[in-house]
Amino acid sequence: MSSETPDNPGIQLSSGARTWMRMKHWLGSPSPYLNLLGLCGFVAVWYAATEIFNLPLFNKLPGPKATFTEWLSPDPLYGISFYTKEYYQHIGISTWRVFQAFMLATALGVPIGLFMGWKKTFKDYTFPLLEVLRPIPMLAWVPLSILMWPGREASIIFLTFLGSFFATVLNTLLGVESIDEAYFRAAASLGASDKQIFYKVIVPGSLPFVFTGLQISMGYAWFSLVAGEMLAGEFGLGYLIWNSYTLVQYPVIIIAMITLGVIGSLSSLIIRLVGDKLMQWKVREAA
Amino acid sequence: MSAAPFESDGGKTPRGAISIRAVSKVYDPEGARVLAVDDCSMEIEAGEFCVIVGPSGCGKTTLLNAIAGFHGISAGEIHLDGELLCDSARMPKPGSDRIVVFQNGALFPWFTVLENITFGPVMQGVASKKDAEEKALIMMGQMGLKGIAHNYPSEISSGMRRRVEIARAMMNDPRVLLLDEPFRAMDALTKTVVHQFLLDVYDRNKTTVFFITHDLDEAIFLGSKVYIMTTRPATIKKVLSVDIPRPRDFRVLASPAYQRLRSECISAVHEEAVKAFKAGEREM
Amino acid sequence: MSDGICSRAFAGIKKKGRSRTFWRGIFSLAAFTALWELCVYLKAPIIGNVPAPSEVVSTLAVQLHNAYYWLSWKDSMIRIFTGFIIAQIIGVPLGLFLGANDRAREVLFPIFEIMRPVPPLAWVPVSVIFWPSAEMSMIFVTFLGAFFTVVLNIVEGITSIDVRYIRAAHSLGSSRRDIFWRVLLPASLPSVVVGMTVGMGITWAVVVAAEMIASKTGLGYLTWRGYVAGEFPLIIVGMMSIGVAGYFSSALIRLTGSRFTPWLKTR
Repeated sequence: MSSETPDNPGIQLSSGARTWMRMKHWLGSPSPYLNLLGLCGFVAVWYAATEIFNLPLFNKLPGPKATFTEWLSPDPLYGISFYTKEYYQHIGISTWRVFQAFMLATALGVPIGLFMGWKKTFKDYTFPLLEVLRPIPMLAWVPLSILMWPGREASIIFLTFLGSFFATVLNTLLGVESIDEAYFRAAASLGASDKQIFYKVIVPGSLPFVFTGLQISMGYAWFSLVAGEMLAGEFGLGYLIWNSYTLVQYPVIIIAMITLGVIGSLSSLIIRLVGDKLMQWKVREAA
Repeated sequence: MSAAPFESDGGKTPRGAISIRAVSKVYDPEGARVLAVDDCSMEIEAGEFCVIVGPSGCGKTTLLNAIAGFHGISAGEIHLDGELLCDSARMPKPGSDRIVVFQNGALFPWFTVLENITFGPVMQGVASKKDAEEKALIMMGQMGLKGIAHNYPSEISSGMRRRVEIARAMMNDPRVLLLDEPFRAMDALTKTVVHQFLLDVYDRNKTTVFFITHDLDEAIFLGSKVYIMTTRPATIKKVLSVDIPRPRDFRVLASPAYQRLRSECISAVHEEAVKAFKAGEREM
Repeated sequence: MSDGICSRAFAGIKKKGRSRTFWRGIFSLAAFTALWELCVYLKAPIIGNVPAPSEVVSTLAVQLHNAYYWLSWKDSMIRIFTGFIIAQIIGVPLGLFLGANDRAREVLFPIFEIMRPVPPLAWVPVSVIFWPSAEMSMIFVTFLGAFFTVVLNIVEGITSIDVRYIRAAHSLGSSRRDIFWRVLLPASLPSVVVGMTVGMGITWAVVVAAEMIASKTGLGYLTWRGYVAGEFPLIIVGMMSIGVAGYFSSALIRLTGSRFTPWLKTR
């Protein structure tokens, strides 16, 4: 729909200017420095506890110095750093698995959720199944998933898919049900057919919830992926964490954890950006 | 004069006569049995600006929803231009000949103003998107809605939004315009502007208007006839003909005729309001 | 649509509609089970590898008389509630403190923001290294799962409180302390409850996985053992038990939550 409505340049400009102003204001306030202080403090405490004072319990954990030396070393002790191919292979494999599973979950989950919200009969038949399966945490599916699918790759992807599928369906359904009754009435009153109501009211009206759901589902996807890879993987960041533990290559565990965190936030950022792109009306409302 | 662009209106025969005959509406026939509307009859002439006034929760909206086709009635009949719209057996259907402007507004927030206004004709397939847009822009010009076509509803003021919603309804050249307390949440100054807007639209098109409110000033200022309803179950308590000539403007508010009608209205409504209050009705 | 008439009418419709919805639900669950049984019988690919419902039922009947099965319940429950309760004891006050104190929030909150996207399970090895016993490390991971959710929800809840309530309290003569106890605390309660409910869900997921990875007891291990020992119906029994346990723990939280937030019930 945005292709037919040329962007109003006045508003675009002012929103850009507004962002810049906000940025300047933010930099002028104490908050970025306090944020930084907190993060530095955290690293300092970690460093002090592990590498300076060797506190009990903490002394077995890798400290920041050990972790970052390893991470930045061109010739790492345990074979994983910014300079090694293996590091990127693990990242690539995990990302690719999440991508496939997430896409599958979205391609199936969003239409199913929309349809459930549209046709009460369909919801009557499908919702109970969802309700029965939902309380089972996706990680409890690990053994069954390994049993069901030939090969580990398929079972890990299935597991990851399950994690995000439920969140997507439920949030989409919630999105449809949150649309104000008045919009349906207005559309019917203006002569829209049932099918037109689906495309012109249900789909755009539920989009905000759909995207909230997709962000949650992306989180779950990574969550399940790590479990799947720890238990059944041969590659990937979850496998790397577990393998480094068994091989007593502790700094690699921290490297993989931080990497997971960063990639996890990046992927949910991408979803937010796509959502903003599709929901100009929401973005401008906020501005 | 092309506010009604898509249907030939050559003869200018007045249309949109609503005949409400002994209508009752009971909610939940098996359980608690709440009688919302009781034996209510009214004859609304084609092209009449009819205002329904009554205490909160009295069943005005029930009547409007039945005309609009959102739900059925339990007894009686509603006719539109002599055709049966609904009775106890026949569920009405919503249609673009009876368009509702809702209490809290129902402009689709995900469409621009222009997309909202052209929604009706495009959905019904009576005009191509391009034609509809062209005509919408002309109509918006006539209605003083220039320059906001590509804004989203959230970017314009609430008074503007109401005007756009009325324009969206008028694009379909409805036989009846149904307004359900459309200006309820507005401040007095904005209200005077949208009132004038609605009166202009009415004077130009002479569409039948079915307008619900509990604001007496609004009722008399806008309406040709004011129907005062009782508290639940709703029936007609009193009908006032407002013999103030059109076109009207804000000066009407100071005229003696207006003052007389208003005091007549107040005494009738006050009685019902007290009854409703005692019955402990929640806000509708 | 908030008038008395309509809501009563809707309640009526719901009652009538519910029985139909109910039977449709029963039908679809029965159909699902029958289809599943059939797939196993016909040795369909993928689903055919899953143990059949009939086998599951008979295994379940045996397990219900098995002391070891109930011991698994007990162990998981202890882990869940220990981890969960510690998370509340630390998380709720911390969340309230961070929510009410801007400076503290700006210093400490980024640490949470950074740790949040790390999946809780990734903490298992670190936790095993850190804590002297496997039990403690599992409780710690469980704790983490609930902790982040609770803290983030409370902070979010407090920072989104309508400033008018605070101003109203000020103009009615409240002190800073009163405002904390009588405005911020009750106003954030709904988000505490939401955080706890979500946290409980995550807690179960984490415990199950942690038990599979690093334990010899609990429902998660029971499920995993079903796989390793080749007693495949036991996998489904384990999953069902986890589902039931998770469902009731969440229901418990929701029930308790609604007792503490009676004002949310009117709508």
